[in-house]
Amino acid sequence: MKKTYGIIAAFDTTPALYQACEKVRDAGYSRWDAITPFPIHGLDAAMGIRRSKVPRFSLAGGITGFCTGMTLIWWANAYEYPLIVGGKPYFSPMFAFPISYELTILFTAFATITGMFLVNLLPMHYHPVLKAPQFVRASDDRFYIVIEASDPKYHPAQTRGLLEQIGGQDIAEIEE
Amino acid sequence: MSSHSADTDAPAILAEVNPAPVPRRVLVANHRDFHWITEKVCGIVESKTPLWWWWCFGVAAFVASFTVAGLTYLVATGVGVWGHANPVNWAWDIVNFVFWIGIGHAGTLISAILCLLRQKWRTSINRPAEAMTIFAVVCAAIFPVFHVGRIWFAVLPGFLFPFPNANGIWQNFRSPLEWDVFAVSTYGTVSVLFWYIGLIPDLGTMRDRFTAAGNLLKARIYGFFAMGWRGSNRAWSNYEMAYLILAGIATPLVLSVHTVVSFDFAVALIPGWHTTIFPPYFVAGAIFSGFGMVMTLMLPLRAIYRLEDLITQYHIDCMCKITLATGTMVGYAYSMEFFIAWYGANPFEGFTFINRAFGVYWWSYWIMVTCNVVTPQFFWFKKVRENTTLVWILCLFVNVGMWFERFVIIATSLARDFLPSSWGYYSPSIVEIFTFFGTFGVFSVLFLLFIRFVPVMPMSEIKAVIPQADPHGADHHHGAAALESQA
Repeated sequence: MKKTYGIIAAFDTTPALYQACEKVRDAGYSRWDAITPFPIHGLDAAMGIRRSKVPRFSLAGGITGFCTGMTLIWWANAYEYPLIVGGKPYFSPMFAFPISYELTILFTAFATITGMFLVNLLPMHYHPVLKAPQFVRASDDRFYIVIEASDPKYHPAQTRGLLEQIGGQDIAEIEE
Repeated sequence: MSSHSADTDAPAILAEVNPAPVPRRVLVANHRDFHWITEKVCGIVESKTPLWWWWCFGVAAFVASFTVAGLTYLVATGVGVWGHANPVNWAWDIVNFVFWIGIGHAGTLISAILCLLRQKWRTSINRPAEAMTIFAVVCAAIFPVFHVGRIWFAVLPGFLFPFPNANGIWQNFRSPLEWDVFAVSTYGTVSVLFWYIGLIPDLGTMRDRFTAAGNLLKARIYGFFAMGWRGSNRAWSNYEMAYLILAGIATPLVLSVHTVVSFDFAVALIPGWHTTIFPPYFVAGAIFSGFGMVMTLMLPLRAIYRLEDLITQYHIDCMCKITLATGTMVGYAYSMEFFIAWYGANPFEGFTFINRAFGVYWWSYWIMVTCNVVTPQFFWFKKVRENTTLVWILCLFVNVGMWFERFVIIATSLARDFLPSSWGYYSPSIVEIFTFFGTFGVFSVLFLLFIRFVPVMPMSEIKAVIPQADPHGADHHHGAAALESQA
């Protein structure tokens, strides 16, 4: 028999999912997730998720971009091939600013997206949840809670009991 | 984001003050549910290709062939096939470039600035508007790349992109034209990234539907681009943060792009160009023209696919009002330019503006003023905004007017500069006219492919703004229901 990945329960409405998430959080589970077709306002708090780490990537990207712009222009116009244009200094941060500004934005965008993919572990084309037959409605109009078997508090009967108690429907185990 | 957790318990003062309920606008009419939205949006892609689509695609491809032919002829022969000649060495190519880039700006305004301002009505229109941005940037990029004639110089080291040329000399980084290379290429790239990030959850929906329907090839293709998205809330948390940051950086980006485009002119000493009003004036004009184009595309789309519940009259009202506001700003800029030309007491500047309105190009000036200043004033009237055919026609005038604005700025100033001995008159060649005409075909081909293969509306974002998405139940949307029953 295949290994169990976890246990999935369905909820029909947003408030039902929201309240259920609060109860799973309070029951002390750590390796679990809510699967929703759209981002639900305030669900992060109901699940006890901390603030996203994506902005750190963005900040690093932005600083890199700005420094790249300034360095590139200084290096090209003042160091590698000093060129007098209009009798002005070889380098000034003023004329280098617009390009550095654009590169700040370009690098921030790439860093933000890379950061989002990294912390979300995407692309991940195979995942046990994607295989579950009920999944088609998870990106349409239904809400799910998945509690993983690797959670230290996981117990097949008790976890199922908890999901039943908080109003979960169509509770099923999903295979690894 | 966790900081939103406080909204469950309202401040105590509210009980004392007892504020009047402010009804929220209904963004999806007729109480549609989540599943209806999925069916409606996915249905467009999943249904058989309609006959009108093939007809439009054929016509668009035929029109696009004009651009292909015009550019091939240009590369084979030389830039002389365009009508440029002293003193007007910048003409339709830069007019068309600024025109198309400006159109793109409304897409970014809708997706980024309205996101930051929490204008939830943006959700129904942001996907097609962003697509419009990308395709407009594609059309815009054709002109600066091809106006060099030997286009391989546009990509070879030492010309546009920062590599030294054959003599080891680098670009002049003091030039706004070089800034423009960075601004426009960053704009194009970030627009594509922003669009793609917005698409990921919807591509996941498409993948799941094709999987359930047993169409594994399409499921694989959509699945590849969906990156394995599975709607996990831990992923949504990071996704929303990334989206917010992208909106936050796209906002200064869109303002900077048209500012840099306006520097192409404002940094030069030509009368009529050398003014500090250019950056804000260009940005307002860009958003004005872009909203004109958004409505030009959106109103037929709404009618053909019966999307009235998603693009409601409220959405059209909002777009009309932004068009009105930006059109009026543009009108203010026109009058302020005239005022400063007189008040600045520079005879060349004064002459330029009199010449624009009453000189050889007087007709283009008055087309511009009529289309850009007079046309949007009709949007003050509710009766006009509710007549979608009329709105569509007025938007066509906006598009025409904004093209003429760039023509007026560029051609009149160059044709009549300081010395009468160097004056001239510019008229476009047939190759130029066909090349520009063809870009509408290029744009339409891309847009038709978009509505055929990509979910035209961000389902996940629309679902998040309907009352059923509220995790605190029914207490928020009494007002909305009441408002709708009045209407």
